[in-house]
Amino acid sequence: MSRETLSRPEPVTPRRRTPQRRRPTSRRPSRTEARNARAAAGFVLPFLALFALCFIAPIVYAVHQSLHKTERTGPLGLGGQEHEAFAGLANYAHALSDDRFLTGFGRVLLFGAVQIPLMIALATTLALLLESAAARGVTFFRSAFFLPYGVPGVIASILWGFLYVPGISPLVKIADAIGWDLDFLSRGTVLWSIANIVTWQFTGYNMLVLIAQLKAVPEELYEAARIDGASAWQVARHIKLPLIRPALVLTTVFSIIGTLQLFAEPMVLRPLASSIDSGFTPNLHAYSEAFVGNNQHVAAAEAVLLALVACVLSFGFLRLVGGGKERR
Amino acid sequence: MTTRPPVRYRIITASLLTIAAIYFLVPVYWLIVSATKSSADLFGTFGFWFSDHPRPVDHLLDVLTYDHGIYVRWFGNSLLYAGIGAVCATLLSAAAGYALAKFPFRGREAIFNAVLAGVLIPGTALALPLYFLFSSMGLSNTYWAVLIPSVVSPFGVYLCRIYAAAAVPDSLLEAARIDGAGEARIFAALSLRLMTPALVTVFLFQFVHIWNNYFLPLVMLSDSDLYPIQLGLTSWTGYADRQPVLYQYTVGGAFLSVVPLMVLMTVLQRYWRTGLTEGSVKA
Repeated sequence: MSRETLSRPEPVTPRRRTPQRRRPTSRRPSRTEARNARAAAGFVLPFLALFALCFIAPIVYAVHQSLHKTERTGPLGLGGQEHEAFAGLANYAHALSDDRFLTGFGRVLLFGAVQIPLMIALATTLALLLESAAARGVTFFRSAFFLPYGVPGVIASILWGFLYVPGISPLVKIADAIGWDLDFLSRGTVLWSIANIVTWQFTGYNMLVLIAQLKAVPEELYEAARIDGASAWQVARHIKLPLIRPALVLTTVFSIIGTLQLFAEPMVLRPLASSIDSGFTPNLHAYSEAFVGNNQHVAAAEAVLLALVACVLSFGFLRLVGGGKERR
Repeated sequence: MTTRPPVRYRIITASLLTIAAIYFLVPVYWLIVSATKSSADLFGTFGFWFSDHPRPVDHLLDVLTYDHGIYVRWFGNSLLYAGIGAVCATLLSAAAGYALAKFPFRGREAIFNAVLAGVLIPGTALALPLYFLFSSMGLSNTYWAVLIPSVVSPFGVYLCRIYAAAAVPDSLLEAARIDGAGEARIFAALSLRLMTPALVTVFLFQFVHIWNNYFLPLVMLSDSDLYPIQLGLTSWTGYADRQPVLYQYTVGGAFLSVVPLMVLMTVLQRYWRTGLTEGSVKA
């Protein structure tokens, strides 16, 4: 976890003092402490029980599933009794030797490497423009940019799907009229058409996060810079950008996690674009492995791999940007 | 006072902002125009302008009554999942975050770290295993299958802890205890009230999160009576090839579902802003 972004509040009792705190406890547990523990348990346990059911149990179950396979004892492996047998890493090997799964991974990585920087750059530019003294109509523009965040991914994909598909799309019609053969859904373009949907949806949200951090910067800092003769560009480049770094890190990490989960957009566009196959993204692959291929064990292995890669990438990014810099 | 920026800058800024606004608003504009069209007009007329005989009311009524009003049912389901889910998630997060902030107990930091890890785990990576788990418990394809995972919000706990640590003074709690108030009562009457801004944020986040969630209901539900709106609409687009009138219904249905959320989004913009700062700046 990054120190700047998701840093935790100081514990009420710093850890170093724990031994001293224990001494009175070992003598006689005070009434307040027992009362504290009881109350705290009452408050935390409902959440904790459901957290265990919906976060910890599925992870444990997925790991277990991914290490087992289904075996049938009947003749020719048909019918008969089904039972689970330990499979070692066979399911992982199966997933990792599946070209389409790996291609899907490569595809979302390429997607992220292009789309995330573009989106963050766009969000930063819009945030800086809206917060600059030269902007007019700030409330209107801010709302207009944020509006797409209120459109669920599925609806956004349906919407853009209509704007992509020849026959309905006015964009394709306009391109046709000026003699441009525009195809949003071809093998080469469809990934970037999806990138456009994601950018459209989330730029405004990221922009709001950045604006929030810009507003947290004391106004005097800008005043001082201006009095020192700094231009608007210099203020943006040397004061504002470094100050919104934590928010940039935060939005990037959440974008990385979001990109790896890419699912709704390709799923919705699939009927329109033959270039989207069932392994287009890792998530789509795991989904069809589970529900079309009926292979829960491989699907579980793929889900585990997906979560691992997401962890590695987001922690890796946090290290990369936070590396060697004590910011407190 | 600072001098006003030169006209040149103001013109450049205004034009860039306008171009961006066009990009973000055009699809919404298209949706509004298209909601007034029949399937034939969707294909036959220019998408960015109205047809000769716009009939928005009739078309939207068609959407609502098609297939014995299944759309209304989906809308109700979405409201149920997102409404109940978000209320429960907010209360659970508030209680947990409050305890993690205000009661020193053993294992507290371990719990908090697990919660933080939960924030970073991709939700869809959990959905498949959760489905396997729930179907082995006989819970899949029920309302519970979507509701139960929706009430758990690690991000909410994180936010509530940060907020409670700053907004609920220890001295106030001590005073209430000395006056003989029980912990549950202190929480309900005092702390919840002091935490209200954070609770509004958690509620909104979770509401939109559940409303927008597609993967979880997709894997959990097979009975179309239980579908939330998103899932229902994609089932329509799946059949539109064979039954072209569904194009029109999909567009109308998308329009009806988007409008309330966009209004909510615009009205509640400032809550989002304050909520997000809590996570990144205040800590």
